[in-house]
Order: sequence, then structure tokens, then C-alpha cells
Amino acid sequence: MDILNILVVGLLLGGIYGLVSIGLNLIFGVIRIVNFAHGELVMLGMYGAYLAYATLGLDPYIAVLLVVPALFVVGIIVHRLVLQPLHAESNMQIFATFGLLIILQNAVLAITRGEGFSVPSKVAGFTFGVGDIRVTVSRLVIFLALTATAIALHLFLKRTLIGKSIRAVTQDRQAARLMGINVERTFTITFGIGSALAGLAGVLLSPIYTLSPGIGGNFILAAFAVVVLGGLGSVAGAYFGGMIVGLVEAFAGFYIDPELKQAIWFLIFLVVLIVRPTGLFGQVGAEEVGFREQN
Amino acid sequence: MSRLLTVENVSSGYGLTPVLRGVSMHVDTGEVVAVVGANGVGKSTLLRTITGLVHPTGGDITFDGVHITGLPAHRIVSHGLAMVPEGGRLFTFMTVMENLELGAFNPTSREDTQQSLHEVMELFPILRERRAQRAGSLSGGERQMCAIARALMSRPRMLMLDEPSLGLSPVMLEKVFDLIRMVVASRDVTVLLIEQNVADALEMANRAYVIEHGVIAKTGPGAEMLHDPDIQRAYMGL
Repeated sequence: MDILNILVVGLLLGGIYGLVSIGLNLIFGVIRIVNFAHGELVMLGMYGAYLAYATLGLDPYIAVLLVVPALFVVGIIVHRLVLQPLHAESNMQIFATFGLLIILQNAVLAITRGEGFSVPSKVAGFTFGVGDIRVTVSRLVIFLALTATAIALHLFLKRTLIGKSIRAVTQDRQAARLMGINVERTFTITFGIGSALAGLAGVLLSPIYTLSPGIGGNFILAAFAVVVLGGLGSVAGAYFGGMIVGLVEAFAGFYIDPELKQAIWFLIFLVVLIVRPTGLFGQVGAEEVGFREQN
Repeated sequence: MSRLLTVENVSSGYGLTPVLRGVSMHVDTGEVVAVVGANGVGKSTLLRTITGLVHPTGGDITFDGVHITGLPAHRIVSHGLAMVPEGGRLFTFMTVMENLELGAFNPTSREDTQQSLHEVMELFPILRERRAQRAGSLSGGERQMCAIARALMSRPRMLMLDEPSLGLSPVMLEKVFDLIRMVVASRDVTVLLIEQNVADALEMANRAYVIEHGVIAKTGPGAEMLHDPDIQRAYMGL
């Protein structure tokens, strides 16, 4: 395996981490909730793809059109029913997301009886290559989906009035209220978008992995490392942070030991927190705003 | 002159700590009214209660005949009440232009965004030059200007300013007060002003209220209060 090959493997892996992180980062950046249940939303997306296959016979790449909106709705409901009532107690919100993690895992476990499903796709397993480098369609799709999502989300936040209102809420909730922005509704919509992005990640990952209720945990640790590395609330941070974590894991896996990948995530995590707490792409000072007031 | 804002026997505070204890005051259309007093007596709380950032525990607030008591802050803006919060509270990571656009976010003023932008940039030409700059990179005076302009973007009938002079140098302070005079003169807008800087505020105001320990202690025309020996002794160090 030469360096070029490891590079490609790392970038494609980075696509997975980036896609799982981007919704987590949005939710954290705007609402300041560490959503421990994000991996479970990814898991729901995977099971959603399975459901669409089992009932309608849909290929996951078509099921995307159903599962992503469904997860948006799930996110809205979760925020309205679970998180919003706790808005005055931000620490309780974090515990609530942890509770949600346990509930979702066990609910899926109870329904599926722990049976491991896989979601077949006609195209996902197809491999093509240039020279020695082999690329699987499923991984390439994830990489492209992440790139498209990151660009779209960036433009949405920069160019549209709703996007600008989301950024305003991120920076100063009270001033945002004085502008006539409904902060609670902005939070709900943002949580919905974040959940939809988790759903997107879940569907696109479903052809690669065997589904299990606890599968979200496989991605979420890396996703937290990505969020911290890239910068809280930064779209570019989730994208390039994902790439860096993917590359480091690929190179370290080849040259050092694949078993050490979690140690490597946390090493990155710690170094970034010490050297540049705002992350590579985070706005300096942004980690403090939003904590100024919690009304 | 018609009654624009009526605050009747309003009590308010944070958690279990009452700050306002039965405040009654009013502002008529076209007036400049100042609420003055020492630090921590409830001046800011009064403004925050009127704008809905803090919900009153008692009393009634009417704006232009509409009961706005207890409405959420984001709904109150649409009634024509805009506030420039203490320190401006600009969205510092966003551009001047974006700040101004967000000023017109509420549904009643959104359609007129382009018109309002044109107007506030006529009023504050420096903002046109600075429009692509991050709001956080503005100087103190420019920030205050941008904050006032942002509030005007909602096309308010009443503009409320929370300590506009706070943290400014004496020269800058004079400029900001000139700005407020300019806004009052050029726009059909009523002003409610909260100030610790009692002398300047009284000089500008048609009427003023002195607030002490959460109640209105004194009220009268600005010019008259400026020469009130009690006020001079208590607030102007004379």
C-alpha cells in the first residue's frame, strides 16, 4: 500500500467522520447543547434506510429522500418535547440527550430483538480503480455528499436571512430577540436540520455497516474529536476536521497500529484543546459567546 | 400629543429578587423622555421589561393602545418598539450590513429592508463605507452608530436606548448625544432614554423620571430637573 492509497482511504474515511460531525457541530454551535444522542440519530437514519428497503424495496440512495425529512421531523419533536422544556437548565439538557441515547438504543434493540440487519444496495458495493487505488462507490458517495452538504450549509448560513438569523442567535440571543427573531423556534429548526444531517449520514452509511442499536457509538467519539478540532459551530471546521481525523487515522493505522485509533482521536482532541481551544476554523472568542446569557 | 407608551404599576425582577416595585410612567408621541438614576436601581430592568426580555410580575404595559404585557420580546418589536441595548450588543462576528439586515428581520419591517437601508446609510454615511466590515472591528462610536441604525431598521415609532453613553470618552459621548438628537430631528420617532449620565440626559429630554430603589422618586420637565438642587446634589456632584 503506497502513500497515495492511504491518502485516499483517509480522505474517504474523513468523509464519514465529517458527515457525522456536521450536524453535531451545527447543533452545538447554535444551541450550545452537546448532543450525546447524535450517534443514535445516525443509527435511526440507518434503520430508516432498512425500513425503506424492507417495506418498499428501496435502494438506500433513493430512501434518502424519505429518511432525511423523517429525521428532520424527529429532531423537531425531540427538541420540542425533551429539550425545550429544559431550556433554563442547560446542564439538564445535556443529561436529557444522554437519556435519549439510552432510550433510542434500547427501543431499537427491543423492536429488532438485536438482529443484525444489512441494507443491500445495487450500486454501493461497486468498486472502481485508477491504477492501484480502489474506491468503493458507497464511500465516494459519502465524500461527495459531505462536500455538497458543507457547501450548501455554508451558503444557507451566509446568504439567506434565516441563515443569518441562526448566526445571530449563535452570537447573542438577547440581541437576536430584540431583532424580532424567535430564538426558541430557531433552536427547534436548527435541531431539526442537525438531526436531518445525522439521518443523511445514517442512510449513506447503511450499505457499509451491519446495523446494530449501538452502532452510533462507533462514529460519535470521532465526531466529537472532529468538532473540537475543526472549531465549534464552524461548517468548514467539520469538513476539514473530518478530513484531518480521517487522514491521521489512516496513516497511523498503517504505520503504527489500527488498534490505537481511539487513542489517536483523543490525542488530537487534547492537543487542540491545549494549543487552540477555538479549533482550527473556529472564531476566536466564539467559545465564550452564548454563555454570556442563557435567557 | 397622544399617549404612546403607558407603564402602570409594573413590578419586575429576576427570579425571586424584585427590582421594580410598582413603577408607573408614560411617554407621549414625539417626546424625548429620560429615565435617570444611579447604578442598579432598576433602570435597565425597566427597559428590559418593556421590551419583553424580562416578564413583569405585576402591572400593565400598553403601547399605542395595545397591551404588550408579557408578550415575548420577538413579538413586541413588530409593534414598533425598538431597543438599543447597553453596549450596542452588535453581532460582532457579522458584517455591518448583516447587522442592519437583521434589524429589519421582524415581519412588519422586512419588506422595507432596502428602503430602510438606504435611509440609515443617508443618516450615518460612515456605515456605508464600513458595510462589508465585521461589526466587531468598528470603533466605539461607530458601534453605537451601527446599533442605533440597526434599531431604526425595524422602522420603530419608539426608540429605547439603554445607557448609550456607557464606556465612551467625553468627546465620543457628546457625539453620540448629537447622533440621538439628529435621529430625533430627522425621524418621526419618540425616544425613551436610560442614562447614568444625568446632566446630558436631562439636557436633551423633554421630560424625565428619577428612579430610586425600584420606584419613581421624581418626575418633571428635563430643564426643570436639571436645576433641581436635590438632583444636582445627588447625581451631578454639584
